[in-house]
Amino acid sequence: MKPSILSALSLLVSCWAAADSSISPSRQQYLNNLLIQDCGSCHGLTMKGGLGPALLPTSLKNKPAAFITATILDGRPGTAMPAWRPLLSDQEAAWLTARLLSGDL
Amino acid sequence: MRYLLLSALLLSTAIHARGTGDLGVLIERADSSVQIVETSNNTSLARVNGLGDLSHASIVYSRDAQFAYVFGRDGGLSKIDILSATLVARTLQSGNSIGGAISQDGRLVAVSNYKPGGVKIFDAETLELVADIPSTYGDKQQTSKVIGLVDSPGQKFVFSLWDAGEIWVLDMSDQNNPAIQKFKAIGLNPYDALITGDGRYYIAGLFGEDGMALLDLWDLDKGVKRILPNYGRGEEKLPVYKMPHLEGWAVAGNLAFVPAVGRHEVLVIDMLNWSEAARIKVHGQPIFVMARPDGRQVWVNFALPNNDTIQIIDTQRLAVVKQIKPGKGVLHMEFEPRGEEVWLSVRDEDRVEVYDTNTFERKAALPAKKPSGIFFTARAHRIGL
Repeated sequence: MKPSILSALSLLVSCWAAADSSISPSRQQYLNNLLIQDCGSCHGLTMKGGLGPALLPTSLKNKPAAFITATILDGRPGTAMPAWRPLLSDQEAAWLTARLLSGDL
Repeated sequence: MRYLLLSALLLSTAIHARGTGDLGVLIERADSSVQIVETSNNTSLARVNGLGDLSHASIVYSRDAQFAYVFGRDGGLSKIDILSATLVARTLQSGNSIGGAISQDGRLVAVSNYKPGGVKIFDAETLELVADIPSTYGDKQQTSKVIGLVDSPGQKFVFSLWDAGEIWVLDMSDQNNPAIQKFKAIGLNPYDALITGDGRYYIAGLFGEDGMALLDLWDLDKGVKRILPNYGRGEEKLPVYKMPHLEGWAVAGNLAFVPAVGRHEVLVIDMLNWSEAARIKVHGQPIFVMARPDGRQVWVNFALPNNDTIQIIDTQRLAVVKQIKPGKGVLHMEFEPRGEEVWLSVRDEDRVEVYDTNTFERKAALPAKKPSGIFFTARAHRIGL
């Protein structure tokens, strides 16, 4: 097997392993764009912060994943962080949390 | 022979020379780049790269409208020659910035920063630092994020402090001795501000409570007046997925149009007495509420999940008269200087569209990478822009 095909295959396999099979690839693409472009409106396209705090893995290291997911879903009263529950499922919020914690956006 | 050569040189210069009055710059927010565009034939002329994180980037122009100053999210301040499409100067002036302004005489460029919070003033020619104004408040241990920075006549800059709830008027007439006048307790979390086209009224929108804060720059002794104080009180607000913008003061006659925060409404303010004149129901939470230069129409775009739509309000009837759906992620609008056409950035579909404002017909579509703000050079000659 040619190396390029091999690496393409292994990429495919690793993508498959990382993907949550219940969120369709097109929805994942949508969520990724949402994360970078819309979350990025306040937190910065590179998540280094803006009106909202930085969301880099180092800035999130003391925050449990469940807390981050809950913040996405229900917002933070008294701040500009809105509740995204009307637009996202629990599973999708957890998926976004995992993307943020991976630091690989 | 020498004369011949010289005249040939002059000729070649003359062929390439052009005015900048029909030029503009559009931000490609995810690619650290901008495009130089022209509005006479609606084409893209060039791209300039290497401008850093351009989420929420904005632009002001030099008074000769040859240079664009780009304010990037990452604190980068870049100066671009839009005729040669080259980056002529760049400084990374803070860790995190939000916007800027240029002084009345065009010699100073001001940048408002989130981190560390404050305003920095630069020489417009060289981008050398002229003054550093930290936005300290309370016990002076903290600095506030600064928003709503505008220029105003008399070499002044006016801005608001998000965390502190203050409006500051910075007088730079003596560059070596910046004078600051502070107005405190203006309301919770001012999120953006605007200045009227005559440079007289500065109005900050409040995110943390209802109403807006009004400062008459012709009579600072009167202090800040709260307007629309009862707006929405006691009603539950919708989650705000994108902060509204107050750039583009939409005025028709004595009426001003502003986005309501967290509501599917555009507010109409009677500027004679600063009271609420009407509320217009719209398709979603408004972000930009922009008047066509003649004030006859107001164009409105929306936050998620309604950001594929534009509505047009007739300012005489105070009603939505037209709705168009350019595509996903309509982030910004910019009218051509006399208003016959408007440019829209459609971020998620990677293009910019141009519409005829009378027929609402699409006249052109230009490819652009995740476009956001669009800024035409006519801004060079307008107070507050």
